[in-house]
Amino acid sequence: MTTLMNLALETTSLSKTFTLHGRGGLQLHVFSGIDLAVHAGECLALTGHSGSGKSSLLRCLYGNYGATGGDVRIQHQGEWVSLSKAEPRDVYDVRRRTMGYVSQFLRVIPRVSTLDIVADPLRRLGVSAEEARARAAQWLQRLNLHEHLWHLPPATFSGGEQQRVNIAHGMIADSPVLLLDEPTASLDADNRRVVVELIQAARAKGCAIVGIFHDDEVRNAVATRCFDVEQFKNPL
Amino acid sequence: MIDSNYNFAFLDERTKKRIRRALLKAVAVPGYQVPFGSREMPFAYGWGTGGVQITASIIGRADVLKVIDQGADDTTNAVNIRRFFARTTGVKTTEKTAEATLIQTRHRIPELPLTASQILIYQVPLPEPLTKLEPSRQETIKMHALSEYGLMHVRLYEDIAQLGAITRAYDYPVMVNERYLMSPSPIPKFDNPKMHMNPALQLFGAGREKRLYAIPPYTPVRSLDFEDHPFEIQRWDHACALCGSVDSYLDEMIVDDEGSRLFVCSDSDYCEERRDAGHVGGQQAVHLHDALATPVINSTTTLQEAA
Amino acid sequence: MKSQVLLSARQVGKSFVHQGQPRWACRGVSFDLYPGEVLAVVGESGSGKSTLLRLLAARHACDEGSVHYDVQTESGNEPTGLVNLAGMSEARLRWLARTDWGFVEQHARDGLRMNVSGGANIGERLMALGARHYENLRGEAIAWMQRVELDTGRIDDLPATYSGGMQQRLQIARNLVTHPRLVFMDEPTTGLDVSVQARLLDLLRELVDELQLAAVVVTHDLAVARLLAQRMLVMKDGCVVEQGLTDRLLDDPQHPYTQLLVSSVLTP
Repeated sequence: MTTLMNLALETTSLSKTFTLHGRGGLQLHVFSGIDLAVHAGECLALTGHSGSGKSSLLRCLYGNYGATGGDVRIQHQGEWVSLSKAEPRDVYDVRRRTMGYVSQFLRVIPRVSTLDIVADPLRRLGVSAEEARARAAQWLQRLNLHEHLWHLPPATFSGGEQQRVNIAHGMIADSPVLLLDEPTASLDADNRRVVVELIQAARAKGCAIVGIFHDDEVRNAVATRCFDVEQFKNPL
Repeated sequence: MIDSNYNFAFLDERTKKRIRRALLKAVAVPGYQVPFGSREMPFAYGWGTGGVQITASIIGRADVLKVIDQGADDTTNAVNIRRFFARTTGVKTTEKTAEATLIQTRHRIPELPLTASQILIYQVPLPEPLTKLEPSRQETIKMHALSEYGLMHVRLYEDIAQLGAITRAYDYPVMVNERYLMSPSPIPKFDNPKMHMNPALQLFGAGREKRLYAIPPYTPVRSLDFEDHPFEIQRWDHACALCGSVDSYLDEMIVDDEGSRLFVCSDSDYCEERRDAGHVGGQQAVHLHDALATPVINSTTTLQEAA
Repeated sequence: MKSQVLLSARQVGKSFVHQGQPRWACRGVSFDLYPGEVLAVVGESGSGKSTLLRLLAARHACDEGSVHYDVQTESGNEPTGLVNLAGMSEARLRWLARTDWGFVEQHARDGLRMNVSGGANIGERLMALGARHYENLRGEAIAWMQRVELDTGRIDDLPATYSGGMQQRLQIARNLVTHPRLVFMDEPTTGLDVSVQARLLDLLRELVDELQLAAVVVTHDLAVARLLAQRMLVMKDGCVVEQGLTDRLLDDPQHPYTQLLVSSVLTP
């Protein structure tokens, strides 16, 4: 039984409903009453059919979506922080130091080179530009992204290349908590294997991971536990 | 000789009192422009009405008045004003700086150092040193009140950037008592150092702009500059052709159609006193091609006897 | 996560009289801004966002509420706590505006001295603070021109000879030369060509990051908000309808008007 000391991320009765005012107040219930507890070294795989709210749940965990009800709490610098209630600058601090996020689509700041995008999370932690770029280079190499792409902005890359930039960006800072949204969706077998190894290495270091893996093989290789979001679909 | 149709010194006593009150205010805040009710004078604007009103407000029967225009006692402006005061006060007038108690001047400070029993009254066309940089009077009032003088330094910076040096040759801005930025009137920058710690009271009047200001005796007056472009006065490569002086401000006069120049002291009294004391200049006109070539200085007597 | 609030707006409002009736250009706006935070104020024209900016920068007096700023002592070492701007003397406010604050105007011409050179524009604040060494001033101007990617060969040129984008860069340099902690920006990239806008935004983003600037950026462009700001205020008809984390407001807008704004944005 994992002790409270290892608990990294938890939700209490978390629910999410979208209200579309442009559609006369139409309400879309995504999920309700979710209680999650993720510990260091765990990899929790969110399961359920497409549209069941997996991505939305992940975004709620990241603070990108607000919680309609309930709470998301994370262990940050030795204290519990409620992401739903925190001030913007505190959410930013949590994201900077405690939480990494690999999103499904790469939202890029235009005109910034791939190397600098990947190095950025380290720069935010105070690492020097030189060292940050060096470590970014290592990650990109590991993910088989060719060197001639490093100084280019990723906007023109293929889906798979963009995904790998995303992964490097999300994982480079060795955050205690990692959120992964379909990290291998556009990758070929070789690169999938690399990503699996990276995830396993993170877990071994005590990272608490919550992920969506549509590929069964990948899920089986990295997940310690599964969580079916679909059963929480209906409002309480 | 005094014209009994006018009050003593032309202005009525009430007006003189008002102006003296404004002058007291000005003396109390060195360099600060005090607005005053400028009166209509029998001179057109631009002919020294500000200076005249100040002189008229403080002149007394025992005073001895000297009036100069560009350093000379015998030019139109000076002659007119001197005659005006002679007619309305009967006060003794003089051309000798040493004898005067009141000196009204247009655009020059006398070469002879002044004493604590003398008052120098300047004629000022535009009292606001920031006027060309900030046209709004509202804004300049604020800038003076808050001591925000960055703009003046911006102007000097710009001079150096565009022209290589601060090129202002006259009306060179000064800081009075390290508090107010002041326009010293269009005196050549050569004269600026004379304002600093002067034993005489210095009063400035602008009739058309209706403002007056003052520098009390022994007040620090500093010309603006940059640390690496320090303030410098003008220098000549020539001595006065009449008296041989190398320390005074020289006027350059063209004497013939070939462009020959004569360099002569601008301060006519100073030059005359030197000649009376036996100094002699080269008396030579400088030919154009020589003027542009090597310096011509008749040194001999002048430097040794200058002390 | 404990640090001093830098700028605090408390129920800030400004009204004017229209046809005999008071109308509020901006009302009930409250927020606390911390060092290094960038707040975007977003809204369409008439929303009151520009009025709000001017109230925050003490260019107008508040008719309701108050604005407070963490003024440092003259020596710049100890924060004195939040001071109500309404209680500050004009001299102090003007000094603040020249040192610890920056204000980047929408039109560079409003924020520059057009009749003196680029170098003089950058050096002015330093000269106002007593800098008296010409070569040092020039050195600072050159360094800042490089920082904002302006050709240093143009240092003695008048701003009227610069392009729009260059004028904006000059304006930015002029404001940042005294290392202000807070910068107000009024539509800093609006009106420029798209490619020029993009490069300017990049510059702003880098400078804000590097110098740890706090900023209040008024913009009608949500993309600018997403790029520059961690926080966002959405204004409509003078009121704040929603505020919070920028990415949350843009990805999960709650208020009907915010949803309308977000859905209205064209993406090529």
